[in-house]
Order: sequence, then C-alpha cells, then structure tokens
Amino acid sequence: MTRRNVLNYLLGTTALATLAAILYPIIKFMIPPRIVESSASSVVAAKVSELKPNSGKIFRFGSRPGILIQTPAGEYRAFSAVCTHLDCTVQYRPDEKLIWCACHNGRYDLTGKNISGPPPRPLEAFSANVRGDEILVSRG
Amino acid sequence: MWQQLWLIMLISPVPAQAAQKAVESSCIRCHLAMGDQLAEPVKLSAQDIHFQHGLSCNNCHGGDPTKDALEEAMNPRKGFVGHPPRKQIATLCASCHSNAEFMKKYNPRARVDQYSEYLTSVHGKKNQAGDPNVATCTDCHGVHGIRAVSDPNSPVYVTNVAATCGRCHSDVKRMGSYDIPTDQQEQYSKSVHGDALMKQRDLSAPTCNSCHGNHGATPPGVDSVANVCGQCHVTQEDLFNQSPHSKAFAENKWPACVTCHQNHLIVLPTDAMLGVEETATCAACHDKGSAGYMAAQQMKSEIAGLQSRLASAREVLERAQRAGMEVSSPIYQLSEGRDRLILARVQIHRFTPAILQKTTAEGESIAAACEQSGWQALAELAYRRKGLAVSAAILLCMIGLLLLKIRQLKT
Amino acid sequence: MNAWISKWGEWLEDRLGWRAAQRLLEHKEVPVHRHSIWYYFGGMTLFLFVVQVCTGILLLLYYRPSAETAFESVQFIMTQVQFGWLIRSIHSWSANLMIGTAFVHMFSALFLRSFRRPRELTWVSGALLFFLLLCFGFSGYLLPWNKLAFFATKVGTDIAGIVPLIGPFLLRFLRGGDEVTGATLTRFFGFHVAILPAIATVLVSVHVYLVQKHGMSTPPSVDPDKAPKMKFIPDFLLRDLVGWLTAVTVLAVLAAIFPWELGEKADPFSPAPAGIKPEWYFVYMFQTLKYIPSKILGIDGEVLGIMFFGLLGLLLIITPFISPREPRTGRRSLLPVVGILVLVYIIVLSALAYRT
Repeated sequence: MTRRNVLNYLLGTTALATLAAILYPIIKFMIPPRIVESSASSVVAAKVSELKPNSGKIFRFGSRPGILIQTPAGEYRAFSAVCTHLDCTVQYRPDEKLIWCACHNGRYDLTGKNISGPPPRPLEAFSANVRGDEILVSRG
Repeated sequence: MWQQLWLIMLISPVPAQAAQKAVESSCIRCHLAMGDQLAEPVKLSAQDIHFQHGLSCNNCHGGDPTKDALEEAMNPRKGFVGHPPRKQIATLCASCHSNAEFMKKYNPRARVDQYSEYLTSVHGKKNQAGDPNVATCTDCHGVHGIRAVSDPNSPVYVTNVAATCGRCHSDVKRMGSYDIPTDQQEQYSKSVHGDALMKQRDLSAPTCNSCHGNHGATPPGVDSVANVCGQCHVTQEDLFNQSPHSKAFAENKWPACVTCHQNHLIVLPTDAMLGVEETATCAACHDKGSAGYMAAQQMKSEIAGLQSRLASAREVLERAQRAGMEVSSPIYQLSEGRDRLILARVQIHRFTPAILQKTTAEGESIAAACEQSGWQALAELAYRRKGLAVSAAILLCMIGLLLLKIRQLKT
Repeated sequence: MNAWISKWGEWLEDRLGWRAAQRLLEHKEVPVHRHSIWYYFGGMTLFLFVVQVCTGILLLLYYRPSAETAFESVQFIMTQVQFGWLIRSIHSWSANLMIGTAFVHMFSALFLRSFRRPRELTWVSGALLFFLLLCFGFSGYLLPWNKLAFFATKVGTDIAGIVPLIGPFLLRFLRGGDEVTGATLTRFFGFHVAILPAIATVLVSVHVYLVQKHGMSTPPSVDPDKAPKMKFIPDFLLRDLVGWLTAVTVLAVLAAIFPWELGEKADPFSPAPAGIKPEWYFVYMFQTLKYIPSKILGIDGEVLGIMFFGLLGLLLIITPFISPREPRTGRRSLLPVVGILVLVYIIVLSALAYRT
C-alpha cells in the first residue's frame, strides 16, 4: 500500500466519521422529545376537583408564584401571589374570605384590591378559565 | 404696602374668598406694615389651613378685625388674647376641634377627641400641672402656618414625625429633669423601621406615633407591647402568646417583644441572635443545661441546617446557570425552600423546637431536590463537553488529514 | 463500479447538461501570491451562510413566532429537544462569525481593489448582500423575544423612524404598528425566514455567478500573467475545506462552552434594562449617535447622524465608480487611507461602547 493509498483510505474513513458526527445531532434533533409541547403563556393551575369553594392554591406562573382562588360563590379568580409591599407570598384565608399576607398583616379583597395594612397596590390580576377538568390561568 | 399685600395674595394658594376676608382684616394690614418679626405670622398664614377655610386671626386671638386703632382691634373686652398661656393653648384649639357640630361643617369625618386624648397623655397631664417644657398642640402642629397632616410639608406628616418628636426628646438640656433617655430618635433612625420609612419611603412603616399614639402619647405598658407590635407582626404575636415565654415574661414583668428586640433600635434580626453562643440573645437568660438552653440550641441547629442546605443547592444551581445550563425551574423551586426558612424563623417565637422541625424538614427536602437538579444539569454539561471532545477530535483529525493531502498534492 | 457511475453521468448529462458546470470547475484556477489568503473569506462567508440556513431550518421545526409562545419555544429547544442547545447556539454564534468574515471579505476586496473593471457589479451585489446580512442579524435577534432583544428592537426601529421623509412610514412598516408588539415579532419572522432569504438567493446567485465568470481578481501589485496558479479542484477546495472544518470546530467549541443565553422573557411594561447595546456589528453606529450633539445648525443631531451613515452606505455601494483609478507609481492612492480610516473608526467606537 502506497502512502498515497493509505492517506486516501484514512481521508475516506475520517470523512465518514465527520459526516456521522455532524449528522448524528441533526437527526436526534429532529426526533420529537418526550414532552411534546412547549409551555404556552397559560398554565394549568389546578384541576377542577382540587379546588373547593372558599379555598385557594398557590401555583407557579413563569418564575413567580400565583394564587388561584375559588370564591365562596364558586367563581374562579387568579392573581399574582407576590405581595405588593415587600414581595412575600400571600395566602387565602377561608375564615376571613380574603387574601392575606403573613409578613406584615396586609389584606386584599377577592378582587385583589389592597384593603388593609401596608400593601400600596392591588395584586396583579390574571384570567382564569375552565377547560374540561382543568383550570387555565393566563396573563391578562 | 398694598402692592405687598396683593403680591402675597397672588403667590399664595389662598382662595379668593379667604384672600378677600384677609385683606379686610386690620390685623393683617397692620402687622404686615410693621414688618420683621410682627409680619411673620401674616406671611405664614398664606399656607395655613385655617385661613384657606376662611378663618382668620380673630377666630383664635379674638379682638376686632374691623377696627384700625390698636386699642380697639386688640381690645381684651372684645375677647382679644395675645399670646395664650401654654396651659390654655390646648383648650383654645379644642374650642373648635372638640366641637363636633362645628367641625362637621369643614370636615365631616374629622375626629374630635384629640383634646380628651391629650389629657390622658404624659404631655397633657404635665401641661395641665403647669410644666412649660412639655409639648402642646402648637409645638407639633405649628402655630401660624398650620398645614394638614396629609401635607408632606407638615411637621406631623408621617416622614416628619420622628424629627418633630426628636426636637424635644433628643434635646438633653430640655429633657434633663424627666429621667428618660434622649437617644430614641437617633436609635430609630438606625433601625429597620427608620430605614424603611426614611430611606425606602415605605409610608406604611411605623414611626413614633404608630406605637406611642398621637395625642394620647404614652409608651405602651409592659403587658401591651406585644399587642402594639402585633398590629403588623401578627404571626409573631400569635405564636408568642402561645409560647412558654408569654407567661414567664408576664410574671417577671418583662415587656414582650422589646426584651429581645429592643424598642427603638430595632435592627434586622439575624440568626446570630438565636442559640447559645455568648453573644446570642437566648444565652442572656438561659443557663447551660436548662430546658430553654436545649430548646435554643435545637432551634438554632434546625435553622442553620436548612440554611446551609439551601446555600449549597443555590451554589450548585448558580454554577450550572453560569455555565449556560437552563435551570430556571429548580431555581424557582428553591424559592419555596427559602419560604420555609423564613417561616421557620417566624416560628421561633413559639419557642418549641418540634414546631420548627416540621417546617425545616420540608425545606430541606425541597433543597435536596433542587440540588439534585443542579447536579443533573452539571452532569449534562460534562456529557456535552465529552461529546465536544470526541467531535473536536474527529474534526481535528479530518483537518490534519486534509493538510497532509494538500502537502502530498504539492509534491 | 466506474462503468456504473459513468452510465449515470451520461444519463444526467443528457437531461441536465451538468458537464458544463463540471468543466468550469475543473478549469477554474486561483492565482497564488502573498495576498491569496484573503481569497478564502468569500467562501467562508458562504459556508457560514449555509450553516445558518441549515440550522435555521432545523430550528423552524420547533420555533413558534408569537409573543405568547416564542420565548417558551426557544426555552423548549434549549432544554427539552435533543441537541437543541447545540443547534440554537451554533445558529447564534455562526451569525456573528458570518458577519465577521463578511467584514473581512469586504475590506479585503476594498484594499485589494477587487472592484475594478469588469468586477463593479460583483462589488455592488456584495455590498447589497452585506446590508442584507445586517438585516438578517437585526430581524433574527428579536425572535427569542427576550428583554434585551425587545429593547434593542425598540431602539433600532426608533432610529429608523428618524430618517427624513420616509421615517414614520418605515417605523410602522418595520414594527407592524406604532409600537413593538407581537405583530413586530411575526413580521420580523416573515422577513427573516422568507423575504430576506428570497432576496439573498437572488443576490448570492448573481454574486457567485459573477465571480465564476470573471475569475479571481489579482491585486494591482501582482502581475496576473506572471503569478503562479493553483487549480480550484482539488488544491483550493481542499484548503477551503480545512477552513470550513476549522469553522465547524470553532462553532462546536463555542456552542458547548459558551452556550447562547436565553435571557428573560420580554415584558413591554417593565423598564429598559440598564446599558442596552445592539449587537457588535451595529455598536459603532449606536455609539456615534450618542456623541452627536442634539442640534447642529438647527438640524436634529440624530437625523444628521443617520443621514451620515446612509451616505456612507451609499458610498460603499458605488465605491467602484468613485474610487480613484490605479495610481501612477509614486503617487499615493487615497483609497487605502480612506479604508483604514473607516476601519479604525469602527474599531475605536466599538471599543468605546464596550468600555462603558
């Protein structure tokens, strides 16, 4: 085998290896992953069966917590759970039927309006809709 | 002189009707003409809320504003009172401000109990006993240019309250005989509440009157301190009242929150306060080996344990994030762990380790899961780099062989 | 085996007439001289453009061009799709590398005077391609819909709005409305994957055809007849391949060690992050605008700045028609001076922008 043939042979095989190294990630990329959908800007906050009237649930919305409540009358409402005073996470108070912040006793009514204590602004409201047996929360 | 007067009226926010009335007043005319010190009250009156509502000098000082001659205008028989004696100032103000019928005409929601509150206060009692040093209405609210409390220029606007109280209470000479400290304003300004109100402009933060009251100013009694702090710090008050400290403090007549946190120099509490080191707050009372000592030690170790778990999880995640890995989900999860830490720190006030332990256990499991995600991300990173090394090796081989081929073809 | 190949060759030749192309490539030669190294940069730019097309098409399989879904789809690609991080990072890095090699290619053609007759139209098509690449970069930058991209687009389209006469129309045309919204995103997506590639196809075809037609230009200092020649196939092509594979290696290293960041999802209501800057290939213009005083002789400073750059762009396109002819020996040509001034200006202003 001449040097030239050896070189050509090596070139050929390495070229195939290079091609494989380039095609392998491309082909893997094209195969859909297990979780098929990228999350939209709406989040499934809870299942309908999970949430009773006069109760609330904290869920993740983007990188911040949100709160989903079902009013005593049975209506679903969702808000940002970040207190407008000093960013603590608020909670639902079934005994007082309002949203409460434990850090400094701030209170919000069921429309998210700040009604007592330090919070200077209402909670940001999201829209909550029922789809089948899921409650979807989306921004605005 | 008339020009002077009209100029003042033009530049002041006095409504036309009040301006008209003022011009008709001989008090205003003469005092303005005399200038210097005697004109000061007139100049301040442009800002005064009473003038803006159509009241004038004679409504407080009496006398006859329709007469020009001094003896007639400032006639005691017409009710003229020049400088009211300090003992009577509150009564003078109260003659309108405690009259519900009268105040309703100007502000239907105005309170009318300031005077009765004042009489229950230390200031009020001493003032009625003849002490010339203590505060009365005009010392805090001003005397001629009195502004509404909601006016940011008022000495009793929320951000100005501490300075107003401090005018007397920080004056060592004036406070000499009263046997109370004079460092409250200084301490408050260094405190977390002072910082919140003055620097962060959080108008919900407490100032002197939030804890001491306005007109009935009195330091909270030993048994009511927890209630006062508990207006905002509800959870801590609740827990404290259920804790063994509550009864113990009451028996010893120790004020609830203040014993550990101080009253004016309330600083951000740190974990160093908890535990049994020499400088820890718990160690100040609890002897080694006592039940309290053990509880303090246990609570400290729970909290320190959770904190270090959270810190190590955060460190791994930040390392992964810096290397470019997408770890926003576990970082969010970690904030839930941090919420547990904050809750545990509040639950200290129950002074019962078992309650804390539940919370810190939850926090630790969250931290562990997040740290795990961080390690997985770093493992993925290592996998990528290995993959890179393999691919780069193949590519470099290819490049090398091509260069050899080029050389071969040259010959 | 060989008989089988030649039979297929005959079949294709009959129908496509592809032998003409084969003959052209076989006869193509490249002059060898001390400035030959610059010949590689055109092909390199084209190679990186092909990389962009391929990775771009792959990204299209998962990307969703609406304000509600764009960021999340890129996040999905980076975290869930196998090798998604690789394809996306290569696409972002290669864009920057490509514009870099385009700069080099353009300046080398300028200094080596490759635009002389009969290659004027090669230069013109190349200049237009350069602006097209900048448009690709600007439109593509918005697509991940993160905070930096959102504000860079806002500032960039604001500047477009200052152009005299057509400014307001241009702003609305670019933004798909008065503000930067989801409509802008969809529109930029349309530009980036359809309109600009269509124009690029035409321009690249013209440009590459003209290069083949006229052959490689030799700089004035080299005698085209005396210079040794290198065959395109296999010699030049092998060297091209070395360069291209090196580029692939560099991209792989960059993608693995410095993955392109995701940023934070754009929020039209939050304030602009501090110190936003456009991508490096716009930064010198951006910095210049910062230094211009707000009014010069009664005219708005920013308008003058934009018109100045517009004029420079125009001069760039018509360079072959305005640059001085070959200098007689002894007389210095103005062209390299102007070229170096422009280069220095770009470098200095970019450095100033990054210092702050």
